[in-house]
Amino acid sequence: MITLDIQNLEAKIGDKKILNGLNLQLEAGKVHAIMGPNGAGKSTLSKAIVGHYDMTILGGDIYYKGKSIIEMEAEERALEGIFLSFQHPVEIPGVNNAYFLRTALNAKRKHEGKEELNAAEFLRLMKGHLEELGMKADMISRSLNEGFSGGEKKRNEILQMLILEPDVIILDEIDSGLDIDALRAVSEGINKMKDGKRSFLVITHYSRILDYIEPDYIHVLKDGQIVKTAGPELVAQLEEEGYDGIIVNE
Amino acid sequence: MESNELDKAVSGEYALGFEIDIETDVAPPGLDEKTIAFISKKKNEPEWMLELRLKAFAKWKTMEEPHWGKLDYTPIDYQSISYFAAPKQAPESLDEVDPKIIEAYKKLGIPLEEQKQLQGIAVDAVVDSVSVTTTYSEELSKHGVIFCSISDAIRDYPELVKKYMFSVVPMNDNYFATLNSAVFTDGTFVFIPKGVRCPMELSTYFRINALNTGQFERTLIIAEEGSYVSYNEGCSAPTRDEHQLHAAVVELVTMKDAEIKYSTIQNWYPGDEDGKGGIYNFVTKRGLCQGDNSKISWTQVETGSAITWKYPSCVLKGDNSVGEFYSVAVTTLAQQADTGTKMIHLGKNTSSTIISKGISAMKGQNTYRGLVKIGANASNARNYSECDSLLIGSNCGAHTFPYLESKDTMGQVEHEATTSKISDEQLFYLRQRGINEEDAVSMIVHGFCKQVFSQLPMEYAVEAKALLELTLEGSVG
Repeated sequence: MITLDIQNLEAKIGDKKILNGLNLQLEAGKVHAIMGPNGAGKSTLSKAIVGHYDMTILGGDIYYKGKSIIEMEAEERALEGIFLSFQHPVEIPGVNNAYFLRTALNAKRKHEGKEELNAAEFLRLMKGHLEELGMKADMISRSLNEGFSGGEKKRNEILQMLILEPDVIILDEIDSGLDIDALRAVSEGINKMKDGKRSFLVITHYSRILDYIEPDYIHVLKDGQIVKTAGPELVAQLEEEGYDGIIVNE
Repeated sequence: MESNELDKAVSGEYALGFEIDIETDVAPPGLDEKTIAFISKKKNEPEWMLELRLKAFAKWKTMEEPHWGKLDYTPIDYQSISYFAAPKQAPESLDEVDPKIIEAYKKLGIPLEEQKQLQGIAVDAVVDSVSVTTTYSEELSKHGVIFCSISDAIRDYPELVKKYMFSVVPMNDNYFATLNSAVFTDGTFVFIPKGVRCPMELSTYFRINALNTGQFERTLIIAEEGSYVSYNEGCSAPTRDEHQLHAAVVELVTMKDAEIKYSTIQNWYPGDEDGKGGIYNFVTKRGLCQGDNSKISWTQVETGSAITWKYPSCVLKGDNSVGEFYSVAVTTLAQQADTGTKMIHLGKNTSSTIISKGISAMKGQNTYRGLVKIGANASNARNYSECDSLLIGSNCGAHTFPYLESKDTMGQVEHEATTSKISDEQLFYLRQRGINEEDAVSMIVHGFCKQVFSQLPMEYAVEAKALLELTLEGSVG
């Protein structure tokens, strides 16, 4: 089953056209890795999917569970189940992490016609996930990302993912700035979410993360297009020959 | 994000703009000795008070309106204002208060019937120039606490008034304070005797109602040795096309080991987005930490008024005395605020804290102006100042003018200032988690104000949050 279907997408940021007729389909239960050289359009692709304000869509379409989403507001897409783990999570001073997360979860539950969680119920849920991720209990009371180390920020992104239980999960350079312990904790969190229904889009510059999260497909992105799709064996080839080698061989 | 969309998100409707339909006694516009005699007579004042008023008026005539604030407004015509307005019916007790006033206060969220009130909060209700009722006075008097209108205090406690009025804010302190000294009408008087911790929160709610009148309130709070009181004031006014002047004076005195916590939620009518209408709010507030180890803490949430000119200050005279100023000032529409504090360190080991949060949206202009002065004998004085500004949109402004005068080189003064914009990245982050734009703006703003709101008594913190939401959010889309 296809969860996200990107068709011939053309998009620009400012005056610069970055996506040039990109096609990509994400399958339920699969991990798709997007690799590509700097400036290929990797982050732009993730922005286009979540409806970032920088983007202007020039052509093509994005379907999520069969419905076009390019006219939808960012929050609607989120409520429908599309989640982006940010490369650089922004700091929001004074906003309590638990309060923020409960607000987000309850917005989603409301959208799904479910009952909202009260503070006690939510804290129980949050504490469970904190333990799993090896995060300290003070993550409940600290301000959202404020003064967090690089590793804490990324773990906090994964915490949000675990709590919000989205269906399409985009991980933008989730491994950047992580030490080996954090990388392991983050990967475990992600692997736990693999349940045969969700799709993962792992955007990465390096193959290191793919030792921890086993990809089903590797897509090579260059000049705003997917230029090659293959199985996980492509990782080794990329390591050896680099992007140029692979693309020239096409 | 489209800037007009953001504007829509921050131009909340003024919800308290209704008018109370009561008959009002209004003095004809104009200001001279006769006006002052008229006010004094209306209030049944003793002769000495009238003499002080006239002295202030004579001084005021020689003074000039100050214009050093970063404020731009049409000149005030002091002769076109009416200086006294009062609901016609003069009540002897709450039973006689015009039901329309009780109804109006209920609408403002302040029930005046004692049994309906929030537990533990006593209220002085002031409409235009007079206090219409004061609740729980009897209960408080059992503890020796005096809580009444300033007019009653002048008649009933002349010795206390003579001793302390003008002792913190001298009659000729500044143009607006001197005007107030001449024409002040009502306000609150509080006296907490030695060793008493005031058993309830005291509060005054000021309501401007009559057309074309100024409100000149005067409040005096005295905390005797070892006593404590928490006092709160709120204010609102009808929506009108004309500007109305509000020039208040507040004086606080703390003796040895005493503490006053003074909180303000100011929500005067702000005018419209073109600057039409709105209250001109020129206020002098000052506290004197007279005794050793005493403390005065000002917390203000300023969301209303077209013009705000206000610097609640502390004179730290007693050794080890402590002054605090926590402020959230919001300017949206075409509002302008020039506000801050003065911390005057005179005693040894005195310390002060200034936390100022300015929020500007639409065409709002927000200025922090603060003075930290350390006297020659104030050895080991310490000050910490933090001034943060938050800009929403690109047509507003934030300005910071911190002044420091130090005669003591051992003192420790720290100043931090930041200006930040609600960034598109912050908004987008929250929206990507499914939080709509309106809630996202409100979450960021509340986070910004957290340090100040945490200083307010619980009920008022809730009110302040709701008010901020109303002021800044309105309806998106």
